[in-house]
Amino acid sequence: MRAARTASSGRARAAIESLLVAAALLALWWFASHQQWLSKVFLPTPEATLESLLQGLVRGELSGFTLATLQRMLLGWLLASAIGVGLGALIGASSTARIWIAPTLEFLRPLPASALLPLAISLLGLSNGMVLAVVAFGAMWPVLLATVHGLVAVHVGLRQVATALQLSRSAFVFKIGLPNALPDILAGMRLSMTVSLIVAVVGEMIASQPGLGQAILLAARSFRASELFAGIVLLGGMGFLSNALLSVLEAAFLKWQRP
Amino acid sequence: MPPVLRPWVFPLLLLLLLEAAARWLVPGSDAIAPPSQALLAFGRALTASGDESVLQATRFTLISASLGLGLGAALGLVLGLLLGLSRRAASAAFLSIEVLRPVPSVALIPLAMLVFGFGYRMEFSVVAFATFWPLLILTQAAVRQVEPQLLEVARALGLSPWQRATQIMLPAMLPRLFIALRLGVSIALVVAVTVEIAANPGGMGYAMMIAQQSLAPDLMLAWLFWIGVVGYAINAATLRLQRSIARRMGEPAAEASP
Repeated sequence: MRAARTASSGRARAAIESLLVAAALLALWWFASHQQWLSKVFLPTPEATLESLLQGLVRGELSGFTLATLQRMLLGWLLASAIGVGLGALIGASSTARIWIAPTLEFLRPLPASALLPLAISLLGLSNGMVLAVVAFGAMWPVLLATVHGLVAVHVGLRQVATALQLSRSAFVFKIGLPNALPDILAGMRLSMTVSLIVAVVGEMIASQPGLGQAILLAARSFRASELFAGIVLLGGMGFLSNALLSVLEAAFLKWQRP
Repeated sequence: MPPVLRPWVFPLLLLLLLEAAARWLVPGSDAIAPPSQALLAFGRALTASGDESVLQATRFTLISASLGLGLGAALGLVLGLLLGLSRRAASAAFLSIEVLRPVPSVALIPLAMLVFGFGYRMEFSVVAFATFWPLLILTQAAVRQVEPQLLEVARALGLSPWQRATQIMLPAMLPRLFIALRLGVSIALVVAVTVEIAANPGGMGYAMMIAQQSLAPDLMLAWLFWIGVVGYAINAATLRLQRSIARRMGEPAAEASP
């Protein structure tokens, strides 16, 4: 009883301290911007940022830009996940494919997704589809590699069961391989969501597609710091929410693995 | 076929396909060039001077990436140590970290541009922001995973906090720290190239953008390939370093899971 109470009061104290630190950082921002430690050109006050945020969302174009970026990120991510799992299953299920193709994947993996933007621009032009293609391609790698890894790491015992049951290769992939690879795949999908957001923003910046990436670049070029900060806040919020949502989904999907 | 050659077959096949397509399907295209011409363009760029010089652009990118990584990693290491040592500090900082960490690093490119203008400083500040968070989180985890018995020994020996940190904690954390550093290296390189492609006039990413804009697909492909080679070489080198450290510290060479 007492242990439970001290535990919950400990948690309450931790929550309060956590809020205090966040409030202190906010106060530091407020103080620094009002004292003009940094020029107003770079560092707007929190109030000005909030005002730009609200005005942009209610009357301005910010809500439209947010939706555009969100759509680009989600669509690219879904495409990346589907292609990544599909290709990953094809490569992971066949030892021949692994021997011949996997080393090439290892070479391509460290390549920055954004480095494909110039190539995509010359092939597809400065279009919405071009950005989407690069988002999907760049975000595909974490899922693809995770799927291959998950399929390869299936326990030997399960493989023997599959052989004993005379499962076909596709039955093995769908009934044993992919469910076993699910934790890896979900972790890969989380990483690929982060990549999607980054590539979507960079794509909007250099291809001038409507979205938050273009909005913050234009705000910076015309020295509208409060609008720039409002855009950064929105992008941070998008990253935060998508990450939180994915960890909830991950917990729900993996419940069956923990008895 | 000897197994050593096997990894090369698939990429060579792809390159041959590209060569054939670029030569016969769309000859003289402004968008794509045969790999053989890209190779020639790369040879010319090696001896060129100024922005198009391979050595100069590579140096620019690597200097920005390593300066940024140095700053981000140092800050992440210090704060990670503090938060790892004190549970209370960690739980107090939790909310602020979780709110700030998901801000995509590229969102800071316009801000860095505004504050620093173009050049090394804007690029390495964005790299520092991007590498700070993973180093912070992984250092914190590395501190938590130090064997409690080691700390008891340190206490029994009556070591000062400084001695405890440098003689017990750091050696015990070293293998994990190198895994974190390796992740940091790959992030730093990706972010540096991204900043150059998005805004900063300098380095490999910018050279590639310029090649595309001046409708030189051979040179553009050469840069893409070179960026891949540099990334692969650096990743392979840090992996080797990390494994040898792990072996020397008496731990099984743990696979990093980025």
